[in-house]
Amino acid sequence: MKKLEQLPWYRRENFVISLFLIPAAFFFVLYIVAPIPISFYYSLFRWDGIGQKIFIGFQNWSELMRDPVFFRALKNNFILVVVSIIVQLPFGIGLALLLNGGRWWTKPLKTIYVLPYLMSSVAIGMLWRYVYEPTFGLVNMFLEAIGKYHWIQDWLGDPKIVLYSVINAINWQFIPFYMILFMAAMTAIPEELYEAAKIDGASPWKSFWTITIPLLMPTITNAATLSLVGSLKYFDLIHVLSGGGPSHASELLATYMYKRSFHHFRMGYGSTIAVALFTIGVVVSSIFMRSARRKEYEGSAL
Amino acid sequence: MLKKGVKTLLLYCFAFLWLVISFYPFIFMVNTSLKGRMEFLMNPVWAAPDRFLYSNYLKVIEGGFFRFFFNSVGVAAVSVFLILLASSLASYVLSRIRFRFSGLIYGAFVAGMMIPIHITLIPVYNLTKALGIYDSLLALIGPYVSFSLPISIFILTGFMKDVPMELEEAAFMDGASHFQIYSKVLLPLSKPALATVAIYNFIMLWNEFIYALVLLTSKKNWNLTMGLWNFQGQYSIDIPLIMATLTLAALPLILIYVFLQEQVIKGMTSGALKG
Repeated sequence: MKKLEQLPWYRRENFVISLFLIPAAFFFVLYIVAPIPISFYYSLFRWDGIGQKIFIGFQNWSELMRDPVFFRALKNNFILVVVSIIVQLPFGIGLALLLNGGRWWTKPLKTIYVLPYLMSSVAIGMLWRYVYEPTFGLVNMFLEAIGKYHWIQDWLGDPKIVLYSVINAINWQFIPFYMILFMAAMTAIPEELYEAAKIDGASPWKSFWTITIPLLMPTITNAATLSLVGSLKYFDLIHVLSGGGPSHASELLATYMYKRSFHHFRMGYGSTIAVALFTIGVVVSSIFMRSARRKEYEGSAL
Repeated sequence: MLKKGVKTLLLYCFAFLWLVISFYPFIFMVNTSLKGRMEFLMNPVWAAPDRFLYSNYLKVIEGGFFRFFFNSVGVAAVSVFLILLASSLASYVLSRIRFRFSGLIYGAFVAGMMIPIHITLIPVYNLTKALGIYDSLLALIGPYVSFSLPISIFILTGFMKDVPMELEEAAFMDGASHFQIYSKVLLPLSKPALATVAIYNFIMLWNEFIYALVLLTSKKNWNLTMGLWNFQGQYSIDIPLIMATLTLAALPLILIYVFLQEQVIKGMTSGALKG
């Protein structure tokens, strides 16, 4: 075995390691790691992005604590998290079950079911605008055609329902993702388990609850984590579909941060919202992941 | 027997209902794109076009569609190339060489997946201005590469860990350097994972919106999502025209998906299944 000192410097392990890591580390540090403390630093200033930065201490932060729109956005974000998890995951599992058997129509159906997830959020937003359009939109035209006039709504204009209209479009976009996730996880469940259960006289319903769901649990936890993280930072579709309005009824932290920073050019305050979003995201998802993992351990101990 | 028949019927109903829910908006999109502006307003939305009208598509193309299209292709292609290079180099080290901080560095990269993009927006906006590349396609490449690295390193390191060590041990004995082993042994063996990473990131970057929104202003530099977004503002009353734009914009991804379905699906799930 060669001793380290005998190798020329350019073949030494440490040199090779750093050389190979440099490209990735360069991008990662410059664009992801460094911006985090810098954003916090910006949050201590009043600044329009062009002129002089004025140091104001924690004034942005105390303004944030008194900002009703911020709390509105925070609440909307949590509604989005909860609705996403309780709608997208069950539908994902249901559709995966539906397509799990090898019937002739499963493959073409899977191909079509995935399509919404491939579209960009901007395109989906534009498309759904005309689904929800009050006078000639798809939904209202359909309700009119079947005579349910009293169900007709201004889906994006009514502050009471706009958030749910938008979340509905988000669900439409993401259910296919959870569907393929659960399909992939289901193929890993051995067929023999179901056969054994069938021989023992278990109904399909029972084997779903006693075999499929427990074995899917790690995937369900992962999916819920992904949904949680994604929902906390969600931006695109809301920005296109409702712009957070009317009067902040569908505002999310991300859209609010964007508005304050790039419409009103309050970069300091925008940074404050961004740091808050970051902190809430990190705290909530690490609590969630820790408790999910603990549950898994408890489950495996049984 | 009868009970089973009812169940199957319910199953078909659900399958069909979901088919309508997930596919009808696409039919609506294509159908509307072939109508005239007034025709769309006068007839029910689900009515077939009186005659197929292609003029909307021509108008979209005249409106600079292909400029946006090729801007998107260019940015995504350059970014994906850089992502593959940087993440495969890093993954080689993180999966094949044992060293003190390897776990920590890997953990830091992967934790990047959890970071909301918004905390980087203002600093990156300033950095881009300071570098003098604001409002150019070059501005997008840095953030695009960086935000794709965590998932790419996650997928590639996972894959490379499973590649057996024997081959490179033999190469080492023959005096091959790390770089030779990386480029001649590991990269060729990792082709499937590299393809997954490339396809997944291409789709994500093709659809990316917020960085384009913050870093691009002039029309000649817009990528496709920015083009779409501004089309909406410009032609919001001409719905068939907007639908033609959407159809054209969705087409490339749908084609990729139809031809590379397995890889696309693998890419979308591989970031979520392990770990």
